[in-house]
Amino acid sequence: MRIARWCRITPSSVVVDGKAVSVEGTGSLLLKDLYRKFIGDYPKFFKMDTLCRLGVAGAALLDSPGEPREDRAVLIFSASGPLCNDTHYQKTISEEDYFPSPSLFVYTLANIVTGEISIRNHWKGDTSAFVIPGFDAGEIVASTLSCLADPVTRSAICGWAECSGDDSFDLLMVLAARDEGGLPFDAETLDYLYGRTYQEP
Amino acid sequence: MTAKLSDNIVSPLGFSTAENVSAVLAGRTGVKTWEGAFGIHEPFGASLFNREEVLEKALGEGISGYTFFDTVALLSATRAIRESGIDPSSPDTVFILSSIKGNIDRLESDPGAVPLWASAAKIAGRFNNPNTPIVVSNACISGLCALIHATRTLLSGRFRNAVVVGCEVQSRFIVSGFQSLKAVSAGPCKPFDAERCGLNNGEAAATMVISSQGPDYAWKFGAGAVRNDANHISGPSRTGEGSYNCLRSVLNHCTREELALISVHGTSTRYNDEMESIALSRAGLSEIPVCALKGCFGHTMGAAGILETLVTMGALERGIIPATKGYSTPGTSYPVNVSPFNRTTGKKAFIKLLSGFGGCNAAMLFRKGGES
Repeated sequence: MRIARWCRITPSSVVVDGKAVSVEGTGSLLLKDLYRKFIGDYPKFFKMDTLCRLGVAGAALLDSPGEPREDRAVLIFSASGPLCNDTHYQKTISEEDYFPSPSLFVYTLANIVTGEISIRNHWKGDTSAFVIPGFDAGEIVASTLSCLADPVTRSAICGWAECSGDDSFDLLMVLAARDEGGLPFDAETLDYLYGRTYQEP
Repeated sequence: MTAKLSDNIVSPLGFSTAENVSAVLAGRTGVKTWEGAFGIHEPFGASLFNREEVLEKALGEGISGYTFFDTVALLSATRAIRESGIDPSSPDTVFILSSIKGNIDRLESDPGAVPLWASAAKIAGRFNNPNTPIVVSNACISGLCALIHATRTLLSGRFRNAVVVGCEVQSRFIVSGFQSLKAVSAGPCKPFDAERCGLNNGEAAATMVISSQGPDYAWKFGAGAVRNDANHISGPSRTGEGSYNCLRSVLNHCTREELALISVHGTSTRYNDEMESIALSRAGLSEIPVCALKGCFGHTMGAAGILETLVTMGALERGIIPATKGYSTPGTSYPVNVSPFNRTTGKKAFIKLLSGFGGCNAAMLFRKGGES
């Protein structure tokens, strides 16, 4: 597998294939600006929690929705999963004010981000959410490569999507594909890309 | 080919796989109606542990000082590992945890325990395993995804053995959420029945120890597939798209004739069971017996894929296709070969099928080797 494209999003910067993307605002405003510049016609974005917005924005930087396809996997790794949204939902089930919110509850599942990316892009392939203690390039690469045991899978949107607050997130997403040019899809490269939060001079 | 070395189920129906299989074949259920549990006033049907009994059993294994979720998972893992004969502290062994919400009931009192990796670290740490464990958290298909991930990881040669633990305990958080989605039945669930009106929540832990090499007679793990509907985050596809695509993929690796049954998801919600009937029909599997086990265990979420696979294996070893408890009258648009009674079979292969929120679906093929 080779890395066809990659992107890096932090609360204050966006890098795509090594080049800085000009964005306005930081934190949640930065994600809204990415929506305006790279998505634009998908109001469902604003119903999503921050983790899903982060994942959907990252995928939009790497590819555009096209015909439905089954050969594209979506694999998301994180440490906190939906913990940020868990706290939002918990507030709706307090003793004093018990009105559980179905729309918040759905986003308390770690894999909803993979579903939102799939829906937006019409990708009907393998989707999985994994929880690990921290960014681990070796684990991300090994787990993604093992998904190629499914002969239908030809490419994967995969990476690290961590969210600890509405203005606090961290994403490294790559489009890795069989038999295509680009950077090597290995732990060393992913570690290097994870450090690239700015444009090198 | 990867093979199962040993296993365990800890559920309200028993503390070993054999006890649980016997309970299912005898028609027992852990489900009853709860009122006021977790401080929730609206009644709900659920299969819940007697927590004191679990803690006592755990203490017998020297397990104490853990959260309830971690205790249940450790109790199941400890028993399965002991039976397997593997060295859990070896760098050749990896731990994989399947859960949706883990210690979510500690969100306010002990937030450090809530991230799923923390539970996985506790479990692997107790066995002095040197590798970083991984958690698969794919909504209701997590257990099957964990088995698929384990199989792929062993085939890649990274590890020789995998300890795959699926666990879920219920809480105010989870039950209120499913109730808010109008997905919970106050009475016993009725998979595929005309009168079905929602799921029951379930608690369990189930463990499989899997190896890249196993004895001839062991259960072997065949092809597995995960597919997304790409349709809706909290409702299944009306065409059964992802579920059908999973089945189609797995059917490339077996004949319909060799299948004893399809061990289906069968949550007893209107939409899920209808969707599965469509997917089975599209895959040409309407004639194959199906069995849904949630009438006995409720929906054990992160444990379901492993627990229901183990119960199906145990029943087939006894030559039986388990009854679908709660079913009596056909209630789906497409015919499904489901029965309220145990049936006999001589076949030793089946497909496990699951679907979940986020539009995800999974299917996996299991085959038993020759007699021991």
